[in-house]
Order: sequence, then structure tokens, then C-alpha cells
Amino acid sequence: MSDVVEKTLTALPSLLSLDSQPGSAKLSSTSKLGNLIRGITELTSKHEEEKLIQCELSSIKEQVSSPNTTMMKELMVRTIYCEMLGYEASFSYIHAIKLAQQGSVLEKRVGYLAVSLFLNESHELLLLLVNTVLKDLQSTNLIEVCMALTVVSQMFPKDMIPAILPLVEEKLNHPKEIIRRKAVLALYKFYLIAPNQVQHIHNKFRKALCDKDPGVMTASLHIYLQMIQENPEGYKDLTASFVTILKQVVGGKLPMDFNYHSVPAPWLQIQLLRILSLLGKNDQSTSEIMHEVLDESLRRAEMNHNITYAILYECVKCVYTIHPKSELLEKAAKCIGNFVLSPKINLKYLGLKALTYVVQQDPKLALQHQMTIIECLDHPDLIIKRETLELLFRITNAQNVTVIVEKMLEFLRISKDDHTTIDLVGKVAELAEKYPSNHYTYAPDNEWFIETMNTVFSVGGDMMQPDIPNSFLKLLSEGFDSVEEDRKLRLFAVNSYISLLRGEPGKLPQRFLQVISWVLGEYSHLRADLEPALVLRLLAKLLDMKNCSSETKSWVLTAMTKLCEGGSGVSVAQQVSETYGSSLDTVLRQRAQELQHLSQDSELRARVLPRGAGLDRSLTYCHNLVQVDSSLSFLDGFVSEALAAGAAPYKPPHQRQEELAGTKALSLEPYGLSLPISMSSCITDRQSPTLLSMSSGLSATLKLDGVKRVWGREGYLSQKEPVEEPAQVEVPSPLRSPSQQGEADSFHSQTPSLTPTPESDQEKQQLASSLFVGLGSQSSVCLMGKSEPTTQRFRRKAKGHSTASSTSEQVSNSVISPPSTVDNLLCNNLLDSNITSELAVSSPQLTSRLSQGLAATNGTCDTDTELPESDRKESKPAVIRDSYVVAADPAPHEDPDRPKDLALSSHLPAELSELSHSEITHLCTNQNLELSVCHVQKEDSLLLIVFISNSSDSAVQQILVCLFSGVLFGEEAFTCWCDVVGIVSLLISRVCCRPLTVSTEEYGTMWLAFSHDTKQNLTLISDGQEPLTATLNVLKRRLQLHVVEIIGMEGIVACRLLQDQPCLMHCRVHAGTLAVWLRSPIPDLPDCLIYHCQRALQGH
Amino acid sequence: MQFMLLFSRQGKLRLQKWYVPLSDKEKKKITRELVQTVLARKPKMCSFLEWRDLKIVYKRYASLYFCCAIEDQDNELITLEIIHRYVELLDKYFGSVCELDIIFNFEKAYFILDEFLLGGEAQETSKKNVLKAIEQADLLQEVRHLIKITVDKVF
Repeated sequence: MSDVVEKTLTALPSLLSLDSQPGSAKLSSTSKLGNLIRGITELTSKHEEEKLIQCELSSIKEQVSSPNTTMMKELMVRTIYCEMLGYEASFSYIHAIKLAQQGSVLEKRVGYLAVSLFLNESHELLLLLVNTVLKDLQSTNLIEVCMALTVVSQMFPKDMIPAILPLVEEKLNHPKEIIRRKAVLALYKFYLIAPNQVQHIHNKFRKALCDKDPGVMTASLHIYLQMIQENPEGYKDLTASFVTILKQVVGGKLPMDFNYHSVPAPWLQIQLLRILSLLGKNDQSTSEIMHEVLDESLRRAEMNHNITYAILYECVKCVYTIHPKSELLEKAAKCIGNFVLSPKINLKYLGLKALTYVVQQDPKLALQHQMTIIECLDHPDLIIKRETLELLFRITNAQNVTVIVEKMLEFLRISKDDHTTIDLVGKVAELAEKYPSNHYTYAPDNEWFIETMNTVFSVGGDMMQPDIPNSFLKLLSEGFDSVEEDRKLRLFAVNSYISLLRGEPGKLPQRFLQVISWVLGEYSHLRADLEPALVLRLLAKLLDMKNCSSETKSWVLTAMTKLCEGGSGVSVAQQVSETYGSSLDTVLRQRAQELQHLSQDSELRARVLPRGAGLDRSLTYCHNLVQVDSSLSFLDGFVSEALAAGAAPYKPPHQRQEELAGTKALSLEPYGLSLPISMSSCITDRQSPTLLSMSSGLSATLKLDGVKRVWGREGYLSQKEPVEEPAQVEVPSPLRSPSQQGEADSFHSQTPSLTPTPESDQEKQQLASSLFVGLGSQSSVCLMGKSEPTTQRFRRKAKGHSTASSTSEQVSNSVISPPSTVDNLLCNNLLDSNITSELAVSSPQLTSRLSQGLAATNGTCDTDTELPESDRKESKPAVIRDSYVVAADPAPHEDPDRPKDLALSSHLPAELSELSHSEITHLCTNQNLELSVCHVQKEDSLLLIVFISNSSDSAVQQILVCLFSGVLFGEEAFTCWCDVVGIVSLLISRVCCRPLTVSTEEYGTMWLAFSHDTKQNLTLISDGQEPLTATLNVLKRRLQLHVVEIIGMEGIVACRLLQDQPCLMHCRVHAGTLAVWLRSPIPDLPDCLIYHCQRALQGH
Repeated sequence: MQFMLLFSRQGKLRLQKWYVPLSDKEKKKITRELVQTVLARKPKMCSFLEWRDLKIVYKRYASLYFCCAIEDQDNELITLEIIHRYVELLDKYFGSVCELDIIFNFEKAYFILDEFLLGGEAQETSKKNVLKAIEQADLLQEVRHLIKITVDKVF
């Protein structure tokens, strides 16, 4: 500190006298700032500084608010200084905006600067700046225009972009290049924050790309880089232009001004190289266009300066990203070599980074530089070390995993950075799980695996990703192929944990303690000589630790519950359960209660917590061993009694919510998961596997999916593409096998590298041989025929065997179940009613639900449900309301297997047969009944027609049509969509609109007139053809929209609900998604349509 | 580029420019952490740092550290050269710049930075053009300053 004070003080007089010099001339005018700064440097404590600044700020505050301050600019500069020191001066924000607004040009400059430093783009005060910017953009003073553009390209409220967009666009044609350049950058900013707003000016970007001024052209590349990143396909045609520009730049055709240390426009070159690599990725023909210029760039960049290395690095990355060409790859590899071997540390770092980038394509490169890599591993700079580990992580295989993991753990022990720790711990865990055994001996190495994971848990602590302990436990409980091996592994884990607990368990992280207690609870019985009571005591000790979280405690208690047996065990358990039986934490109390009861009743415990069930308990056990009746049928008697006594039927929580919300808001929940409303009838029906159990099965499936499965993945070796074999044969390397170590070592001594003392050299070579083993071609390893048995062991036990079979069945059931459940439901509801003729009880409830949707417009509800008695041919129960018709037509059908449109449509009522009707959708069938649905669109209404055909001999006695509303289209909308027992996504999405035929001009006027809008991104569909057209076609087909016009990457679409209820949609392809913008005069219509669009595209 | 910080060997912030919207609290936290990390590094060490999910590129000129945060796919070396070009610009403008020039004229340093980098991207890489733009704006200031002095004298 002191030397700077001195320097400051000694320099001050000379600085103050420098008045006449251009750069430092301004001190005299800002002498107050000078005083402030001097004052601060003289202070010795933070506290004094705080006092001084607060005092300064309050004096500034006073002065700025006085009406005729002449020193605004100076005050503002001082405020900026205070803010930079970390003191808040929010009172000045508004003054900064005022200064930018009202001040002279110079004051404006400071005002704008202060605004850009004080506020960020989401700050509300920024709105006040819009007018100022507008005014300045129109100014004739170039400097004012520049200032406005500068501030706009740094921050601008997203919603106000349309206000200034035309003015900024206009500036693209400005005669001054600096204005054009800033305008391009302002548009770039707009593109970043609101791509929709600038989509119409893409062709102007092209103009900027062709600008005669290189500065403007360079600026436009920022936009192109961004756009190409999002959609490389759209800009392939520009490849040749970019290549030409790069050629000219490399060839030195730009003005000398753009040279930087005699390298022509390096920023431009790098930008172009990045664009080219994006364009050439996975595209041979495009890549071929750029090969020549890449070669040229590699050749030209030979000067020994950072900037040429920067270009080379980008070139190398590009060469390895695009479609490969062997000559270029060779040159690039040489470049990487130069980087890696460079004595300059920055270059070495980049060399390692480049190696990491390319090593999967070209593992030979890592071999060539193995000695350097080894040296980097011991580099004093942690960054270098870290990058080296990253590289090693990429080349890990079954043979070198032990050494690499060891190196990573070493690093973990010294690293203090949380971000690095979390990342590295995840990587170690991944490797350990991928290669859990030692591959020198090809014998499973439980010790290594468990100990590695122990380190992972203790180092990673509570920061690491939660899926690491989860997948570890999963692995342990599912085991591998051999039962004996599993037993050994678990036993080893138990031993290791017991000794850890005997040590200092207080130092272990909570997550680790949880893992330990689970494993001990589950597997400590494997060790015959271990008294359960001993384990119990060790676990009980954990409970007494101060830092033990209540989550951990509950794990411990659960583990104890599994173990409490035998005399002394029970007494420990009793003691613990007494302590925690009165805990304030309800979960702990619950666990303690369980412990208490189960420790006393060993028979019950054996049933509830059977040994060896592992993680599968929750699934297998529930469904197989104990036959849990998830439909709770044993309560049926109670329920029916309660119902008989007048209790309200049970409604699942989501349905209650739906009802609450359904009165007004839109339901945006997907249909698939909703349960049927006729739950009350389901409960009385014992045989039916109700939806309740289905849904519980479903959640079990979801849980399973969530767990990361790294096990089944194959090792690095087998993943890698077979490298060119002739090349491989030539490479003599230490990657053979231990048996060939001698040969390998002799190769090492030939490798050109720094020569340290022979002893450490040998050490390093040994390390190298263990690190780079197995890095050769696949063939060399296969020749030894040893990779086979190992890979087999790695495979996780095939799912769906004994333990998992019931689960997978369950899974598959629930996966394909939608139709069958529907079937069940319908059968249960409809057919049972056929047989018992009793179920009409629930009819009032259903009709009332139906009318709930309908009565929105009109209180009366003339629901008219005719029940067809014996006449099954013509009866037609119909619910007709002002503009809404539901017609249920129980039409018989001869052949239930072939529901033909024609056959069914002949049953349409005469007055409807003239109108076009939708495809008749077959909903479900059982052997007797068949249900189909279609709809007819009338000008003012929509008719839903339900066909029920009965092929049995017995007459349908009674039909109950349950309809409940799914989505309401706004309150004024007359149409109500019906959901037939939970199925109808298909139906609805096709029903909802009709095409609205308008011209583009009409569309334009309508667009401006509509007030309600919504925006969203949808997924694009690409099946061969152009994605936009494909997607719009799907929407057109599914939702009956009218595609008005498609221009380039944009399309406009129109539809309407009924007369005078139009909705317009504007679509644009952006970043691989379809950005849509809907507008309509009806409030909720756009949201609703978006929803259906999503569904339609999902279903596609 | 996400942000640029200039700070002294003593850890005093001299200039800060943020190209991503962050709250003041976050900014302060980041600054504190970074200053600490960078100052702890030894002179022969690599100029690049991995920090959270960002790359930090820093360089020391005399008593001043220049520190930029970039994204992972950005080129570290060219960022170093951006720093260098900025120093060159400052040097040319102030005439062999020292830390004091930046302390006392930090608003000028901001103006130069804004002319060179805009929204986190290199705007103008030609040294001549950047300085021309700055001087034009400054010229106006000089002229007005002179006028004001004259006017003051007259009245």
C-alpha cells in the first residue's frame, strides 16, 4: 500500500502541472475528484475510508438535487468513482439519466457512461433513457449519434427495441463507417436479447457483410457467428464468401491500419476460422471449400508472437472440427506439438487444451507427447495440472484407470476450489464405476473400487452431485454377474466402513455417513463374525455426534431398524428409540417408533425388511413378496359405508385442484396423467386394477429412469473408432501389456524429451507406461485377447431377470397401458353398467360436470340423455345446448375388428351427413363393445359424435356417457371441448380451429389490430424436407390452420375458432426451434392454441 | 467477453466493465474472489484460470492487473492480445500511461474501452480509428472548455 501512496503523492504535483498536455489535461477541471482520490490514499483504515466516502456522497447528493448545478459532469464522475469503490449511490442513477438527456454533448458523454456503468439492462430506470436515445439517434451531430449507439449496444430494455429499431436500421446506410459499425453492433445486441425483433433484417446483415469498410464487415461477423452457431444449415451458401474474405485477409489485402504486430487483422481471422469450423462440421463438401485457405493460414502463421499462436490455435481447432483431411491433420498435429513443447507456459496450456480436444480422434498424439504430459502432471501451476488431468480423463481405459484415478485423487487433496472439486469428484466416480477392477491381473479389485469411492465420498463431501452416492448404492445392491463376487465386494465395503466408524467418524461428510449406514444396515450380516450389536453401537455413536444432520440420523435409524436383533442389540435399539421417540423432528420420531416396534417383533421385521432385498425392495418387494394392495381394496367396505351414509366421494388432490382452477383458468396439464373422474365407481369395483395402482407403478418407473446408469457403458477402447491400422503397426509404444514392458521402456529412452536425472527419468517412464498403456489401436489390445473377459465383467447384470422381472413388467405395463387402461375404464364403466344396470347413480355427478363446462354462458342446462333400451339401432342420446351439441350414437357394428369410416359414417344423422366430418377415431374395444368418435364442424358450432357399437347378443341396457371438459377456450368462446374419459388429446387438437383464409396484406392489418399475444418456442420437425415447411404442414394437418405465406425462415399462419374469432400466428426458425408469436382479439386463445400446437408437434 | 476488471497490486479496483447483467451483490462477490485468486498467483504462472464455469485471462502491466472473463470456447490468447491492445491504446492516448493516469482519468479510460470493445466484442481493432474517435469527442471538449474560459473572462 505504502509505495503506491508515495508514488501517488510524488506524482501529483507533476500531474497537476500537466494541464496543457492533451491526455492528462483534465485534472485541473476535476480537481475535486483529485482531492477525493488523494484523500482516500492518505487514509489508513477501511473504516476511515467509509466515513470519508459517506460524507462525500452526502455532499454530492445535496449538490445534484439543487436545481442549477453547473458541475453535474464533475459530480457524476465522482459518483462513479465512489460506486467503483463499492459504495452504493443509487440516488444518482436518475441524475445520470437526466444528464444524458439534458446536458451538452460533453455532459451527455459522461451521463451515458454513468448510465452504462450504474444500470443493467433489466433496471426499470432504463425506460427513461429511451426518449433520449431516440432523440440522439436523430441528431445531426455524429458524436451524439455515436454515443446513443454505444449505449444501445451495451444495454437496452428488450421491450423497447421496436421503438428505436427503425432508426438503428437506417444507420446501416449511413455514410460514416463508424456509425454503420456501431449500428451493426447494436443490432447484434438486439439479436442476442430478442432475436424475434430483428429477424426481418437478415438481408441487411448480408449487406453489412459486404461493406467496403473492413471494420463494418468485422462487426457483422459477430452476428453471423451467433446465427451460424444456432443454425449452421442456413448459411452454408456463405461458406465461399467467408473463405474469400479469409484468403484476402491472410494475403494481406487489408489496409495496414488493421495489422496488429504486423499480423493482418488477427481478430477478423479468428472470427472467420470459428465460423468456418461451424460450417464445416460434419459436412464434407463444405469442408473441402476451406481446406486450401486453412492450409494457407497454417503456413503463413509462422512468426513467433502470441498473436500468431492465437490464430494457429484456432486453425488447429478448425482442422480437427471439420471433415478431416490427412495433410491438414498432420500439419495441425505438428502445431499442437509445438504448443505442447513450448517453454512458454501459456502455450503449453493451450497445447494441452488442444490435445484434450483432439485426443479422442487421434490418441497417437497423446502418445507422442507422453513425457511432456507426465511433466505437466507435476507442474507447480495447478491450472496446468488440472488441464492435464482433463486430458488423461479422456484417454482413460481399463488398463490405465488405476494410475489416472490415483493422480486425480492426488489433485483433489490439494485443490481448494469448490467448482473443481465437484467436477473432478464426479469424474473419478464415473471412472471408478466404469472400470471397477484392476486390469493388470484381470481379477476384480474390490479393494481399489471401495477405497477410491471412500476417497471420493470423503473429499467430495456434501458438495458433490447427489447422483454419485445414489448410483454407488445402486451398483452395490444390483451387483454384477457373479453372486460370489458381489458378496466379496459387499463384504469388503462392510469391513472398510466398520474400520472407518471405529476411527473418527466425526470427520466424515454427511453423505458418506448416509452411504455407510445404508451399507451396514443392508450387508453387515455378510460378515459372520460381526455382532449386530457391535454395528448397532457404532451406528448409535453417530447419532450422538454434534454435526450429524437429521437426514443422516434418519438414515442411521433406518439402518439400525434392519439390524436390531438378539438380546444386546434390542437393548441398544430400545435406548435409541427412547431418545428419539420424543424428538421434535417428525421424521426422526417416526423412524424411532419403527425401530422400537420392529425391534420387539422380529417376525414382523423379517417381513417388512427382508434381508438382501437391497434397493429393489421398494419395487419388487412391494409387488411380489408382500402383495401390497395399492388400490387399498381392504378399505372398500369402509368407503361404501361412508358413501351410503352420505359422504362425498373421494376425489384425488389434483382433481380437486382442477375443479378449483377449472372454474376460471385454463388447464394446461397434459391429459395423459389425469385420472378418471369416476373414481368413486372404481373404488367399489374390486377386480379392476384401478388407475391408482397404475399411477403408482408409473411413478416407480420414473424413479428408475432418473438414476444415472454408467455401468453398462463400455470402456474407452471399444468406443473409439478403429484408427488406421498400418499407422498403428509402426508405432512402437509402451501400450502393449506388462509382459512387453521391457520393449516399451527401451522405446521410451529413445523418445526425445528433456533429460532429467536417470533415476527420476526411469520413474517417469514407468509412470508413462502405466498411463499410456492401452492407448494404441484396438487391434493391438485385442491381439492379446484379454479385453474380452474384462468387458464382460463390467456389464451390469441384465435387467429383467429374477429380481427385476416384476418391475419391468410393471414398467412395460404402464408404458403401454394408456389404451388398455382406457379400455378397462370404459369397460368397467360402460360394460359393468350393461351387466349390472346399476351404475347410473354416478350419472348426476357426471352430468353436472358436463354442465359445469357448458353453463358458463347460460345457466340453464337442458341436458337430455336418452337411454336406449332395447332399440340399439336408432337411439341417439344427445345433449344439445345453444351452440354445442354432443350426440352419442350407439350404432351397432357387425365387425368390431374393422371399424370402417364408411360403415360408421352411414350412421350419421341425416342433417349432418351433408357436412364434412372428421376422420372417425376409434377409441377402444372389448369383445362386445366398440367406441368411436368423430366431430362435425358446423359454421357456428361443433358436434361431437360418439359411436357405440354392440356386437353381443344382449341388448345394451343403459349407456352412460361421461364427458368432462378439458380445455375451455376463453370465457366468451362458445366452444367447449370434451374429453372422453381421459383420452382425447387427439380429438381435441384436431377439433379446435378452422382455417382462416386471408391474404398477406389482410394478415398485416389484422396483426396490428389484435391486442392479446403470446410468444413461445416450439420444437421443429424435420423429416427430410425443410423444417419450417414440415412443421407448418404438420400443424396445418393436425390443427387445420391456414398457412398464409412462407418466406425463407419465416411463415405466417391464420386460423379461427368461430366467426369473428381469428388467431394469427407468426413463426420463425431460430436456433433450431420454431419461435412463434400469436395474436388474437380473444384473451386466452393464443395461449390455448400454443398448447395445442405443442401437443400436435409432440404427437408427431 | 463477460466482464473486464482492472485492479492494482493492492487489490484496489480501478476499472470495471460488465457485459452481462448481474446484480451489484454478485459483482462485488466476483470481484472480491477474483482479485484474491489472481493476486495469489506467482509471476511465472499461466495467464489463464478456470474459475467457476468461466475462463479468466489476466495480465499484469506494472502495478496494474488487467483481467477478463471469457467463455470456455473463446480463444484465450486473443483475449490476452485484446488486453494488450487496450494497454497500447491507453499508452498512446495518455503518452506512456501509468496507473495514476487511469486513477485520475478513469472516465477517459472507460471512453477508450467503449470505443474498442462494445458489448463484449472487439469493435474496432485498428488503433488509429479508435483514437480518432476519441479525439474527435475530446476536441469538442477542448473547444468548449476554451470558449467557457473566454466567456468567463469576458464577464
